[in-house]
Amino acid sequence: MISITGLRKSFGDHEVLRGIDLEVAAREVVCVIGPSGSGKSTLLRCINRLEEPTAGRVVVDGVEVTGPGVDLDKVRTSMGMVFQQFNLFPHKTALGNVTLALRTVLGMDSGAADARGRQMLEVVGMAGKADAYPARLSGGQQQRVAIARALAMEPKVMLFDEATSALDPELVGEVLGVMRKLAEQGMTMVVVTHEMGFAREVADRVVFMDDGLVVEQGPPAALLGSPREARTRSFLAKVL
Amino acid sequence: MLPELITEGAKNTLVFTFFSFLGGLAIGLLVALMRLSRRRSLRWPAAVFTDLLRGLPALLTIIFIGFGIPIATGWQFPFPKYFPGCLALSLVAGAYMAETIRAGIEGVPRGQMEAARSLGMPYPVAMRRVVLPQAFRLMVPPLTNELVLLFKDTSLLAVLGTLAGGKEITKFARDFANARSNSSALVAGGIAYLVITLPLIRLVAQLESRTRGAR
Repeated sequence: MISITGLRKSFGDHEVLRGIDLEVAAREVVCVIGPSGSGKSTLLRCINRLEEPTAGRVVVDGVEVTGPGVDLDKVRTSMGMVFQQFNLFPHKTALGNVTLALRTVLGMDSGAADARGRQMLEVVGMAGKADAYPARLSGGQQQRVAIARALAMEPKVMLFDEATSALDPELVGEVLGVMRKLAEQGMTMVVVTHEMGFAREVADRVVFMDDGLVVEQGPPAALLGSPREARTRSFLAKVL
Repeated sequence: MLPELITEGAKNTLVFTFFSFLGGLAIGLLVALMRLSRRRSLRWPAAVFTDLLRGLPALLTIIFIGFGIPIATGWQFPFPKYFPGCLALSLVAGAYMAETIRAGIEGVPRGQMEAARSLGMPYPVAMRRVVLPQAFRLMVPPLTNELVLLFKDTSLLAVLGTLAGGKEITKFARDFANARSNSSALVAGGIAYLVITLPLIRLVAQLESRTRGAR
């Protein structure tokens, strides 16, 4: 579903990604872990080209995202993204957040958009707050609306960029619960996270990144339980 | 004297203010978007425009548009009573508003544009539906402030206001005072300005404290 080869990204003199190769199969859940500054988020943001890769190829569902003349807006509708800071539109209600792109990008009329929007809010357990503005919602509720907003476009892939890192500890569970449900329904997911418990239980594969490279990857039990690389071991010793 | 000060002078001042504000807003938005563009060929003309019009005295710009262009080209503006004055003030206001609007757009967190683009919205759609509505909320206090400045700057059009029925408050009051050797018309004109500006200045202060509170 996702195929990344030789991906490099520099910010000025600093090379954040130094040649990443990664395959993600359809229906697979891949968790990317690693210390801050290791390039995890940049990798995710290169997949939908919110960051422009310096070199390398990204192919998603047969479309070369990094190819010349690609219709970026179109391929982005097949990839949902969830951000650390939620990034809900503060001037729109929860429902308005979900329906804006349905109307402006997919061209749905407001009746059809509202119907799908309410259905998506139902999926994340936010149907009761359809008319609330983001400022009136808790962080966990905002993030669930953000997930509904991304899901409404019926993406083939979901990208989660530290989706629970900005949440108060007691609100993390509700968001992880929604993500777990998505995974069980067979969504292809790339999840950049610090939640080792989630990675252990939900991921099909865990990828450990450090210093712009994939150091090690494998099934969660193996990678988190008996890592081969010294760098993986020292990272896990700090976070577990 | 007083009835005409209101029916002609104040009316014309408001007409100049209204159209120049709308014109300034349109020019300001266009120039701000050009300055934020990734393309250099759009950025630098916008930068030259704002620097030039903010660097020149407004009075000189008004005289240049009102007299300079007709003299140099022999071309007469349509609607000569209002158009040259509104054009000159729109250009000046637009240069200042462009900076206000740009600051407003840059005040909207980057994540808003990213979230919109990640949903597949093209840049113009994301700008119009997501970023600008939020930016305008940030811009209401400074834009209201610029409305006050613009309202007062219409008095500079006194240098042009020689056409019958086209005098704004200052020109009207000055002509009246000259003709009668009586300064009370100037006092009346001053009061006419204050009736509008003082409430607006209070409003700006209120809007500013409310925006601060909301952040």
